[in-house]
Amino acid sequence: MMLALKVIIWRELLRFWHQRERFFAALVRPLVWLFIFGAGFRAALGLSIIPPYETYIRYETYIAPGLCAMIILFNSLQSSLSMVYDREMGSMRLLLTAPLPRWWILLAKLVASATVSLVQCIVFLLIALACDVRLPAHGLLWVTPAVILVALMLGSFGLFLSSMITKLQNFAGVMNFVIFPMFFASTALYPLWRIQENAPALANIVQYNPFTYAVELIRFALYAKFDGTSFVVVLLAFAACFALANWGYNRSAHQRKFR
Amino acid sequence: MRFAFPAARAKAKLCRWSLSNDVVFEAVDFSYGKSVVLSQFSWRVESGKFTALLGPNGAGKSTVFNLIAGLIVPAAGEVRVGGLSLKSDPLALRRTIGVVFQQASLDNELTVAQNLRYFAGLHGIALSDEEQSQALQRLDLLDHVNKPVASLSGGLKRRVEIVRALLHQPKVLIMDEPTAGLDLPSKNIITDYAHELAEQGVSVIWITHLLDEIVDQDAVVIMREGRIEQQGTLESLGGVEALRAAFGSEGRLAL
Repeated sequence: MMLALKVIIWRELLRFWHQRERFFAALVRPLVWLFIFGAGFRAALGLSIIPPYETYIRYETYIAPGLCAMIILFNSLQSSLSMVYDREMGSMRLLLTAPLPRWWILLAKLVASATVSLVQCIVFLLIALACDVRLPAHGLLWVTPAVILVALMLGSFGLFLSSMITKLQNFAGVMNFVIFPMFFASTALYPLWRIQENAPALANIVQYNPFTYAVELIRFALYAKFDGTSFVVVLLAFAACFALANWGYNRSAHQRKFR
Repeated sequence: MRFAFPAARAKAKLCRWSLSNDVVFEAVDFSYGKSVVLSQFSWRVESGKFTALLGPNGAGKSTVFNLIAGLIVPAAGEVRVGGLSLKSDPLALRRTIGVVFQQASLDNELTVAQNLRYFAGLHGIALSDEEQSQALQRLDLLDHVNKPVASLSGGLKRRVEIVRALLHQPKVLIMDEPTAGLDLPSKNIITDYAHELAEQGVSVIWITHLLDEIVDQDAVVIMREGRIEQQGTLESLGGVEALRAAFGSEGRLAL
């Protein structure tokens, strides 16, 4: 089973290497947010000192962890999109004929996708550091496990969605209905206290959005701090989404047409 | 009726089946939503034979293929290969099955060698260069080992898929219309090799519409509407001409 895991990760990294433009495209999006959106909003949005920060910070520093989570969100859902494509094109069927439990195949796909997300996040943070976004350099080390856990959670969520979708076209719609609400209704771009002041109803949604906790886990990890609540929520969300994805893919064995 | 404890009955049953690598369907039910495809379907494929499964579209051939490949599970009944149950021992069963899909399932971004190593890895096999060369040599593919799959012709791709399906030395090889869309020389290479494999003891299940791919000694099973309409050797069914006259035209089954 470990050899299978190795070749699935190897395949995902190779796919990533062959689609290098996807890597750059995935980096351009958060960099535009960081340097254009960030610069524009710096003046409009005042930030108070909230944990994990111990002093005033610039807006770019505040949104960097949220943009990391955005990179993971896009990569995870894109990787799940590739499962829908693989299923339609046949290579997923090949994977399902391997003598491996379905949960292991799904976990291997998740680990492979998390590896790619980690590379993207580290490169993004290095660019941010090089461009004078003030982040603790040792945070890169601490953020690694947080990024992996968040990638597992979001990847599982994407896998569950992909198990429910029969056509590739439907997935594009779900991306729009899921990615943007999930991202904007979180603390990725603005702190919770600002939302509570201006839109209490939205603040409630933000508090129940697991993506908020994914962002906070990364934010605290960047400052070598551990946020227990975020860790537990992300871990539980990962377990729940993975169980649902596993159920979804097993269910498809009972009723799905494989062409 | 003779009484036996359930465990003893199960053991006796397992021993009976495990004597061979037969593929056995026992009263299998399968539906896609409300559309019933197989109802109380029973079939036994003898080991070490070339068995051609024929039938028109919608006969249930693909469902039989997917069940043997372990892609779907029956709602009721049992599918066994060499005594291994699809329901209770699916992983061991998949180790005994080689699958060639109708649609191309090679990874176009990878080379032939990378495709083989990927598949072998999924089966827990670390393929050595020597094993890889031996496998490719069987279908005269050695010259293409480092070529990207995208650059190969349809016939070569299909040959690579067959080599890949045999890497884990399966006891049963199931192929869904493996010669569809191929030219005559490629078609002949593949049908001849499949017959050679059957002679070596591999149970070959060949799903097709084409009658001219079958020889007299081959087992032929004709399906329609989820049940077996006729079966026997091609010879016992009167040969290709008789089947063609009864069911088809231009070498294709049109039941």
